[in-house]
Amino acid sequence: MSTSETTPEQTAGDRTRPVEKLDRVVIRFAGDSGDGMQLTGDRFTSETAAFGNDLATLPNFPAEIRAPQGTIPGVSSFQVHFADYDILTPGDRPDVLVVMNPAALKANIGDLPHGGTIIANTDEFTKRNLAKVGYETNPLDDGSLEPYQVHKVAMSTLTRGAVEQVGLGKKDAERAKNMFALGLLSWMYHRPTEGTEKFLRTKFARKPDIAEANILAFRAGWNYGETTEAFSVTYDVAPAKLPPGQYRQITGNTALAYGIVAAGQRSGLPVVLGSYPITPASDILHELSKHKAFDVTTIQAEDEIAGIGAALGASYGGALGVTSTSGPGVALKSETIGLAVMTELPLIVIDVQRGGPSTGLPTKTEQADLLQALYGRNGESPVPVVAPRSPGDCFDMALEAARIALTYRTPVILLSDGAIANGSEPWLIPDADKLPDLRVQFASEPNAMDGSNEFWPYVRDTETLAREWAVPGTAGLEHRIGGLEKADNRGNISYDPDNHDRMVRLRQAKIDGIKVPDVEVDDPTGDARVLALGWGSSFGPIGAACRRVRSSGMKIAQAHLQYLNPLPANLGTVLESYDVVIVPEMNLGQLATVLRARYLVDIRSYTKVAGLPFKAAELAEVFTDVINDSEPSADGSDAHVLTEAVE
Amino acid sequence: MTAIDLGLPKIGGLDGVPTTDETYKAKDFKSDQEVRWCPGCGDYIVLNTMQAFLPSLGVKRENIVFVSGIGCSSRFPYYMNTYGFHSIHGRAPAIATGLAVARPDLSVFVITGDGDALSIGGNHLIHALRRNVNVKILLFNNRIYGLTKGQYSPTSEEGKITKSTPMGSLDHPFNPISLALGAEATFVARALDSDKKGLSEVLTAATQHRGSAFVEIYQNCPIFNDGAFDVLKDKDESARRIVPLRPGEPITFGSENEYAVVRGEFGFDIAKVADIDASSIVTHDPTIQDPSYAFALSRIGGQDLSHTPVGIFRQVSRTTYDDAARAQIESARKTQEPDLQALLTGNDTWTVA
Ligand code: SF4
Repeated sequence: MSTSETTPEQTAGDRTRPVEKLDRVVIRFAGDSGDGMQLTGDRFTSETAAFGNDLATLPNFPAEIRAPQGTIPGVSSFQVHFADYDILTPGDRPDVLVVMNPAALKANIGDLPHGGTIIANTDEFTKRNLAKVGYETNPLDDGSLEPYQVHKVAMSTLTRGAVEQVGLGKKDAERAKNMFALGLLSWMYHRPTEGTEKFLRTKFARKPDIAEANILAFRAGWNYGETTEAFSVTYDVAPAKLPPGQYRQITGNTALAYGIVAAGQRSGLPVVLGSYPITPASDILHELSKHKAFDVTTIQAEDEIAGIGAALGASYGGALGVTSTSGPGVALKSETIGLAVMTELPLIVIDVQRGGPSTGLPTKTEQADLLQALYGRNGESPVPVVAPRSPGDCFDMALEAARIALTYRTPVILLSDGAIANGSEPWLIPDADKLPDLRVQFASEPNAMDGSNEFWPYVRDTETLAREWAVPGTAGLEHRIGGLEKADNRGNISYDPDNHDRMVRLRQAKIDGIKVPDVEVDDPTGDARVLALGWGSSFGPIGAACRRVRSSGMKIAQAHLQYLNPLPANLGTVLESYDVVIVPEMNLGQLATVLRARYLVDIRSYTKVAGLPFKAAELAEVFTDVINDSEPSADGSDAHVLTEAVE
Repeated sequence: MTAIDLGLPKIGGLDGVPTTDETYKAKDFKSDQEVRWCPGCGDYIVLNTMQAFLPSLGVKRENIVFVSGIGCSSRFPYYMNTYGFHSIHGRAPAIATGLAVARPDLSVFVITGDGDALSIGGNHLIHALRRNVNVKILLFNNRIYGLTKGQYSPTSEEGKITKSTPMGSLDHPFNPISLALGAEATFVARALDSDKKGLSEVLTAATQHRGSAFVEIYQNCPIFNDGAFDVLKDKDESARRIVPLRPGEPITFGSENEYAVVRGEFGFDIAKVADIDASSIVTHDPTIQDPSYAFALSRIGGQDLSHTPVGIFRQVSRTTYDDAARAQIESARKTQEPDLQALLTGNDTWTVA
């Protein structure tokens, strides 16, 4: 927790307690997966957004719906980082750790820096629960938590007492303890509470007594802070100075779904999503299924292959076909992606990456599907690949995927990942009327190059190399397409060797020629010798690490790729402009491999595949080492990175 | 979860497909592509029958689409002067589902084979049928893999000696009609490639049916499985093997109609008319809702073609998936304006000055 000043006896509302001003805080709520930690974190985030802080979140939950209660595998947590300036990551380590049971403490204590705060629900620290996770003595009492500030709160008991008047059973009453915790933290950080009360009333509209119990528990938590002497200070994190405008909070999956809805509206085409439930992509299916009024049809197909098949069939019929999945699903869809490459039809394939291979780590994040997206098909099968760099960026990149798919008549793979899919951030709400115009022109006339009155499906636009899109129902343009090689222009089946060679090159040239924006380089002093280059969700940690490095007086440039195929036209020049290019990836160096092969540059690869996003501190250290290696200081000593720096 | 009666009107298979005053001829449906099946292949007869039959529909040619998978029969779309999509192995029902959902104004046919539909694409077939998507699925059953040169298929008889099974195949075959009925397909029929009239009748009924229509067509592959259905084509043999299904009529067969289908202990049995009371003969009614009736019919005879019902087994009405999907869109539009700005904004915003 970085502290700026303490103002004793400063009053906030009706409070008379010292208020400490902070520029940023990281809070982690941790409990059993049945304890409602995701909801608690979500609500705290909403309150924080409403208050005007910049924020970033990191939910972390087990793959099992209900792992055995009270065990380490059953621990679910939600981390929120909020600040009075624009931040880039959900934070490396929490400043405050809320633990609802011993398992949550055991699973998370390793991340809490010394001096950090623990708020523990003592009621759950029973002999039995302690034994379940291998604590021989109660860590809350045995002195092992000496290096931390520990607040012991009997949350279950206090909650039970608070909601007594509602007349619920013991179990139901105690279930509201997460709202007690939320109330307490809301008090500590001066969060506005109306939103949460309104939320609870709406959520439990059909069960008024449950709504009442949750609200009572929430207020009890707040009052506990206010009335007891247990907490001597409260904290104030002022609103952030973000670019002006109207904001909301958004997760990556929601932003992606909205991007697809917007693409349908801006292209004037109906959207057909064919999808099969898979973690962590299912929320895109859920979200899109709510927007039928926008002419969005969602088909929950019998399997991954049918999902993309239905999407491609819809595209063939003149709709915007979309399929959403994760890595294992992409493996199953590969053959159909190849068919879309061959038939040159627009299609959006969303891959919300997770830990692999095989079933891997369904609820954890990873960036290891890049080579699968680029090359994971039979034959020469070029596919454009884009990757959003933050939750909000998912909206823009979904629109970009649609632009490329519709303009160039090609499947496009969008690589999101678990971290941005479930993570959230404040989002500057775009003006719907200013979104790109994606309208398309279907073929309506015969186009035979020999002047005959025929339609040749593979005649190409000379600029984009896209073929015409003639949808069934158009008189006079009846034609047949399919997965067999096509004769150039005419589109009939062709086994001619020269034709195949030409078509392979044409398909490649079409994708290579797709117009994508140049990559921008952030090099504040303009003379950095080291470039940190990333793609996808690591934008936040890389950016935060660069800030740390710069604040300790060193120079580093940052660039981030949202377009992986084709790569930005200026990338080669950018890479050549730096002595060292360091590429951090949550895989074993997939982008590094591509860049080395493509540009013959010596990329330094830094990789970690732990199922969790990079930490800013870790990357800052890596970058510092790289800088020191590349330009040893005059006296031979290495510069060191500040560990407690801005982020 | 509550089931919702979507209150959809009962409509025909081609409702919504634009009609034409133009009188098409069979040749209007022939594409300029040279047909490349082996000489004598049963696919030729089905293709000719289809081209001769389509003009009778009176719908615009450009609103007819053939979607196929992979296999000999899946080349079919290339030979039709309509829209066509030759896709990948087994996936045609999935692709056709997306197309049918997106485009109510199309008449969509799926052309598939026993390997394509029942082996690699078995999953898509049963799900298309259970959803009752408004597509017509024509399964050309030649009981062999032709395109890959003669391996046994999921409808080959047990013990079949092929290139991949020198000591005989081990798998028990599917009965495609029983499988389709197990998936509760709303229209299920069987026809023979050689019987142009019967095939046309079945195709007409299938096309008029709103929902998934499943038609198994016995098709001879003279190269790799010649004569598989010869007993049904031989004049003497066929009379006592083919059981014609005529709605409203007692199910009898034989050159003198001397055999009949009667109720047995669990399903149906075959009896000699002379030995039984006429009232015990089953009268064919494809509109019976319970699929068990049609299923029992499909179990008459077996892989050996000792008795082979031909015609329409089942023809019942059930909401189609694509109509229901469109109805949900319509009803959503009635209650909600598609306001993109409102969607993006949501209910929980704050302003930074
Ligand atoms: S292999 Fe058999 S099914 Fe295939 S085209 Fe030749 S005869 Fe027809």
